Amino acid sequence: MTTQQRAPTRRITASGTLQVRRAGASGILVGAAGLVVLALLAFMPVIVSEADTTLLVNFFVLLTMAVMWNLLAGYAGMVSIGQQAFVGLGGYGVLVLAMNGFNPVAAIPVAAVVAALIALPVSVLLFRLGGGYFAIATWVVADTAQIVVSSITSLGGGTGHPVPGLSSMSPHTFAETTYWAALAVVTISLGIAYGLLRSPLGLLMAAVRDDEVSARSAGARVMTTRRIVYVVAALGCGAAGAILAVSQLQVQPSSIFSVQWAAEMIFVSMIGGMGTLEGPILGTVLFFVLQQNLAQDGAWYLIIFGAVAVLVSIWTPRGLWGAIRQRSGIELFPVGYRLHEGALHLVTQPQLLDGGSAAGSNGPGSGAGARRRRLRP
Amino acid sequence: MVLLELEEVTKRYGQLVVIDRVSLRVDEGELVGMVGPNGAGKTTLFGVISGDVRPEEGRVLLDGATLNRLGPAARCRMGIGRTYQVPRPFGGMTVFENVLMASQQGARLRGWESRHAAAIVLGRTGLQSLANRPAETLGLLGRKRLEVARALATRPRLLLLDEVAGGLTDLEVAELMGVVRSIRSEGVAIVWIEHVVRALIDTVDRLVCLASGRLVADGAPVAVLSDPAVREVYLGTDVAEDAVVHR
Repeated sequence: MTTQQRAPTRRITASGTLQVRRAGASGILVGAAGLVVLALLAFMPVIVSEADTTLLVNFFVLLTMAVMWNLLAGYAGMVSIGQQAFVGLGGYGVLVLAMNGFNPVAAIPVAAVVAALIALPVSVLLFRLGGGYFAIATWVVADTAQIVVSSITSLGGGTGHPVPGLSSMSPHTFAETTYWAALAVVTISLGIAYGLLRSPLGLLMAAVRDDEVSARSAGARVMTTRRIVYVVAALGCGAAGAILAVSQLQVQPSSIFSVQWAAEMIFVSMIGGMGTLEGPILGTVLFFVLQQNLAQDGAWYLIIFGAVAVLVSIWTPRGLWGAIRQRSGIELFPVGYRLHEGALHLVTQPQLLDGGSAAGSNGPGSGAGARRRRLRP
Repeated sequence: MVLLELEEVTKRYGQLVVIDRVSLRVDEGELVGMVGPNGAGKTTLFGVISGDVRPEEGRVLLDGATLNRLGPAARCRMGIGRTYQVPRPFGGMTVFENVLMASQQGARLRGWESRHAAAIVLGRTGLQSLANRPAETLGLLGRKRLEVARALATRPRLLLLDEVAGGLTDLEVAELMGVVRSIRSEGVAIVWIEHVVRALIDTVDRLVCLASGRLVADGAPVAVLSDPAVREVYLGTDVAEDAVVHR
């Protein structure tokens, strides 16, 4: 079985060096810049007002949802319009735990895990359906979850319930704690998404999205792949909902299970660029900039959002970041692979054939820029 | 040693019998050509072997173990690699990523090993210079090569080639033949469906002919092509003479 693979090492040396690169030379630079941004964001509550930290919390919450929706739809091809089910379950998870004496902030990760655990059996039902039926069924699941939760009188029924255990904090401490919790959630979400996409699962997801049948024939466990992504997305959305429960001091079924969350995560992913990690970030920034500048004009800003979504999807179907990347080749989060052919004489050991996967690995004749024709749309 | 065995396999779509009690054996390292007119059930038979198609009756065995209950992914991991007649690349991924995915999932390699194996497969199938191209930008020859490369990257013991030479020029066919011969020389058993009979006749150990879902001939290439049943199937095209002329 291994005969065909062991022998041809020489073949390769005869045809040139083979290197596999995962990041351009700018990798370290981008990583450092990311850390600086993170450090700056961590100090924000000290610098800006409480109203601004609240705005940033909402920004982090939407960004977390968008990152997760982009994993589901942009990478794994599962278009869900029912992720608010897990937003709501995360929020109610915090409420239930807090009512039982848990610290609400400490309950955030627990509530997220609970949402992910609920996603597991839900996926068994949903994955029997394909395409549009899957999308509609996700919405049905979300509405069902809302109805079930609304009928539990001890949780406040349809009017909701305040989250206990938060009034003991001073307003300032509360604002800071919520902010840092939201920052942690969004950072971890981005980290998980980036890690997944760089792992073999990233390729697997894209393959399943592109052609399910031939992916199976190439050894892909399609259902397992989908299930992992679905559960991770529920984990992220659950965490976002848990943050919402804390920052809003209460949980109300019609708002935390609102389909508006699905609309917003789809909107920011679409205008930013699905199938890229940068897209949802750009999209969420745009969303908040538009919202801050237009919200005082009432319902008009929703109409403008609609127009923006239509225009972007007509002119750049791959979103704004897709257009930027196509022109400039810039990738802040490189997840693809590039095979680099170097000079013949550099090969001595088969071990040297692979330039390694470290960010910023600099191979011989580092023509990284020239070779960085972009791969995945 | 028998590697693959089909026992009385039958596949129906409603009233239509597409595969009719077909029995077939493929030995380890053997190169078997499969011919037959359009609609004979050749591709469906590949589906039955690879797990894409579930037969109503009969058994599919690899190394004597029944595969009937296993899906395509499990069969691939057991050593059955296949290509598709109409190429099905992962369009949004690069050529290298297409092959790397197969090497990670099908052959279950990880890290450096998987990248190395994928790079070797690209070199062997002549795709090295196209490695970083999105698969959706490839032409027909590139796509056909990628089908072979991806199947090869799963480290098959049995490779199912479905018309990899179809639609290519003579020169391109000759190139692909070279690739197939080199795969075969490493002990991989191959079943090769091809309309271009002359591409098969010089290369295969054995030729089988499928017509209307039945196996009508099985044996040495020249003997099969001069078989009256096969001639009847190909009446009008006179495949045997065509093949002989081109030898």
